[in-house]
Amino acid sequence: MNWFRFASPASFYPLAGRLAPWFGGAAAGFAAAGLYIGLIAAPTDATQGDAYRIIFVHVATAWMSMFIYLVMAFWCAVSLMFNARLAAMMAQALAPTGALFTALALVTGALWGKPTWGTYWAWDARMTSELILLFLYFGYMALRQAIDEPRRADRASAVLALVGAINVPIIYFSVKWWNTLHQEASVSLTSAPTMAAVMLTGMLLLALAAWFYSIAIALTRVRAIILERERHAGWVGEAALAVRGVR
Amino acid sequence: MNIGEFFAMGGYGFYVWGSYAACALAVVTEIVAVRARLAAARRGAGDMEPSR
Repeated sequence: MNWFRFASPASFYPLAGRLAPWFGGAAAGFAAAGLYIGLIAAPTDATQGDAYRIIFVHVATAWMSMFIYLVMAFWCAVSLMFNARLAAMMAQALAPTGALFTALALVTGALWGKPTWGTYWAWDARMTSELILLFLYFGYMALRQAIDEPRRADRASAVLALVGAINVPIIYFSVKWWNTLHQEASVSLTSAPTMAAVMLTGMLLLALAAWFYSIAIALTRVRAIILERERHAGWVGEAALAVRGVR
Repeated sequence: MNIGEFFAMGGYGFYVWGSYAACALAVVTEIVAVRARLAAARRGAGDMEPSR
């Protein structure tokens, strides 16, 4: 099978349409299981009471906010190196979802900070760098909007996204490098998690749900972007007719 | 655990439910917006085609 065939928007468009419902279904399944564990099955925490239950949505959204940025920067690099249209469209499709998860990580963090630290917000390194991430997403989207010619917008915004990628390791390691109000990571690749198994399970299930949700929504958004950007190409008209059953 | 205790979340109801509600609202809004965008893009693409 020739995978490079799918690097063309015309052949990726129907593939994305077939894949999106499966990823969306998986996201719903993992979310239901994760919510059950997080809100009902997991016991109340001895020190934090029920406020700790925010961890399940906070960690999932915070992980996604950074991970989507890295994936977006990856597609930007591919689009710059190979002058690939579809890669730039993928980056364009990921940005709003990344911004959304970043905003949610900040909101859920604030709602967790108030009952546990006594404040919604502090200018510590973790929170400030996460806020900068939100502005990087906004900057990427604003720059795209500001340039009329899509291919020029692809290149300019890709450079911005790649330069901004330096912020992601800063966010991740901020709790080690600086003395932050934010706690250190409870889960890492190099050491055993410092939390109960049931909590870890709920967190990972919601993280998986966020993963599959992001894939489903990005695949759907990239289809809209493909149609918007390639509407002057012949195949788009044919695809539109096929949708109506005229074919 | 009765239903009242469940919603009270040990006194942290506002923070816990606020977090989950923010996420639910964001996800539902994004799904609706993206579906509408795709539908509009499809109509836009169809309009480019000469009527036959």
